[in-house]
Amino acid sequence: MTPPTLSPEAAKRLAESKRRYWRSNLIIMSVLLLIWAAAGFGCAVWFAEALNEFTLPGTAFPLGFWFAHLGAIVVFVIVVLVYCIAMNRLDRYHRTEMDGILASAGREGGR
Amino acid sequence: MSVQAYTLIFVGLSFSLYLGIAWWSRVRDTRGFYVAGQGVPAAANGMATAADWMSAASFLSMAGLISTMGYAGGVYLLGWTGGFVLLALLLAPYLRKFGHYTVPDFVGDRYDSQFARLVAVICALFVSFTYVAGQMRGVGVVFSRFLDVEIHVGVIIGMAIVFIYATLGGMKGITWTQVAQYWVLITAFVVPAVAISIKLTGQPVPQVGLGAELLPEVAGAAGVPLLTRLNEVMTELGFGSYTDAFVGAWDRWNVLLVALSLMVGTAGLPHVIVRFYTVKNVQAARWSGFWALLFIALLYVTAPATAAFARYFMLSTLNDRPAAELPTWFQNWEKTGLILWVDDGDGRMRFSAGEDNEIFRAGAIPSGELAAILVSHDRWLASGGADGTDARGVLRERGLSGPDRDIIVLATPEMAELADWIIAFVAAGGLAAALSTASGLLLVISSSVAHDLYYRILKPGASEQQRLLVGRAAIGVAVVIAGIFGIYPPGFVSEVVAFAFGLAAASFFPAIVLGIFNKRVSTVPAVTGMIVGITFTAWYILRCSILKEAPLTFGIFPSPINPQGIGAVGMALNFIITLGLTPFFPPPREGVQKMVDAVREPEDAAAALSVEDAPEH
Repeated sequence: MTPPTLSPEAAKRLAESKRRYWRSNLIIMSVLLLIWAAAGFGCAVWFAEALNEFTLPGTAFPLGFWFAHLGAIVVFVIVVLVYCIAMNRLDRYHRTEMDGILASAGREGGR
Repeated sequence: MSVQAYTLIFVGLSFSLYLGIAWWSRVRDTRGFYVAGQGVPAAANGMATAADWMSAASFLSMAGLISTMGYAGGVYLLGWTGGFVLLALLLAPYLRKFGHYTVPDFVGDRYDSQFARLVAVICALFVSFTYVAGQMRGVGVVFSRFLDVEIHVGVIIGMAIVFIYATLGGMKGITWTQVAQYWVLITAFVVPAVAISIKLTGQPVPQVGLGAELLPEVAGAAGVPLLTRLNEVMTELGFGSYTDAFVGAWDRWNVLLVALSLMVGTAGLPHVIVRFYTVKNVQAARWSGFWALLFIALLYVTAPATAAFARYFMLSTLNDRPAAELPTWFQNWEKTGLILWVDDGDGRMRFSAGEDNEIFRAGAIPSGELAAILVSHDRWLASGGADGTDARGVLRERGLSGPDRDIIVLATPEMAELADWIIAFVAAGGLAAALSTASGLLLVISSSVAHDLYYRILKPGASEQQRLLVGRAAIGVAVVIAGIFGIYPPGFVSEVVAFAFGLAAASFFPAIVLGIFNKRVSTVPAVTGMIVGITFTAWYILRCSILKEAPLTFGIFPSPINPQGIGAVGMALNFIITLGLTPFFPPPREGVQKMVDAVREPEDAAAALSVEDAPEH
């Protein structure tokens, strides 16, 4: 619960912290979606014909075919794993930051 | 012991397990009934989501489709896994923070409109019914092949089981049953793939086996890679190479649009989205998105291996086989009409892409008519072409060349001559896949009717008991309707499934994403966007599949667009219209803007209005 005694200055810092959190969130998300599109649409579809000229080293897989049937799925799993780790860490950092602002605001309010 | 005895044992054991779990997890309140009390651990929710998602179509039909399509079959692999990236990154954490029970709840509250809620309810019901019909059919097919009962008896048994555990346990019963079903279905899918991979390539990992060399005793020579051999055989028979990209109508744009439509459609399917409401907080929602994709990926990276192995067996065991040496699996499946052999008189089978092909399927032809076609073919053969008609030409014109794709997964273990218990276990896996998806869908239907329609629109003052009763009654009615669809399948099931994805892509996905990421979007632009998206997508699919008119290029794309890919265009249209209209309408009222802020902020305790404290619940 936001204490009713929150000073304008603390409220500003709180809003600032939330804004920073949302921006970091959007950056993490955009980078990962870019990787998702590069694997799922770039390697597996758009450049599949060109990549089929090569084979995956050590196997008989034409590279474009491999991306469409196996590789992209592996990339998808990794993208979501990285998202979970990065976002849950960002959440914890954000929580600590907000707790700090609220605690110092509480002291200023004479509680 | 016979395959049938093993099947009875496996099916009996797995069904008692499901019912036991249902009894153990029965519920008494709406929160348990709709969202399993929001106390499901992330990994368990991931397994349940995976079982929920992987339907009879994923288990039975997908590998068959890939097997026939080769590279282009990748659209299903990409679409049905890539969608979970969108779901995990763009929707799951925010919808969990929002915290209500259903997808129409979010659409209705965010756009502050009962009309938007109603549009969402209708879409959710349509998508779910389309899907559930296919599941019940899958149950019937498995029962009729492996237990020798009529398809409708199989459907009724399946209906009874789903009804018991869905009404008893609601979401909680369904979740824990799905966890068990996941393990049954994934084991049943992976074990045969491993066994076949060892048999063909000596590699125990099917994904490695797919890219490896055939064993010398299989290939007749050392150092021949499986994919190379498959490409040679297929090119020789006129099918075109298995691994080459962009063959025939599957050009670059079509592959791209179909994959994108399936991805976005996946992210918009209500029975998958609601799973993220069942975990305890935002962080757990993220993790359960990861677990879900991981568990799904286990099946989706095995499917391409199964598909290529099946293709290899199909071509190498059928071609040039004399009538006296028909493989047993062929005789088993011939009875079901899902594969037919129409000989040209030389007494040897030929499975090719040309006019000399002799392998067909009965499709939707009634048995009487089929018998007449085959009798006429015998006369044609006996008279040396003077009398009767060549059945091959008749069946080819009806588009019935090649075996039915649905038998590939079920028949491959038989083709590879694996042990009887493995074959029986695959049957139990197919049932698990069909039942788990059916139960998830029935719950969405039930919550759409009892929660969104009855409680939120028709009778806001309804008590907890009334709502639970309506919810259970709705499941009962939905089971019966689904069963009827399963016994008397409408002839257009495959088109209707494309419809479900197209609608989900063109309606829910843009509405929810904009609802979260753009605070400025208000009721009128969002609802207009949804309606235009739905109408456009529905119009295109109907004109291509029901009216059989030729697909269009819209003057933008280099080739005509496959109706399965139109959802992506509908989605783009929805985004463009909603964002284009937004500046001309006032922003949403302050309460709605506060709600969006709260949804974006996972750690803010003040705004974290949990379900039980929210005034309207």
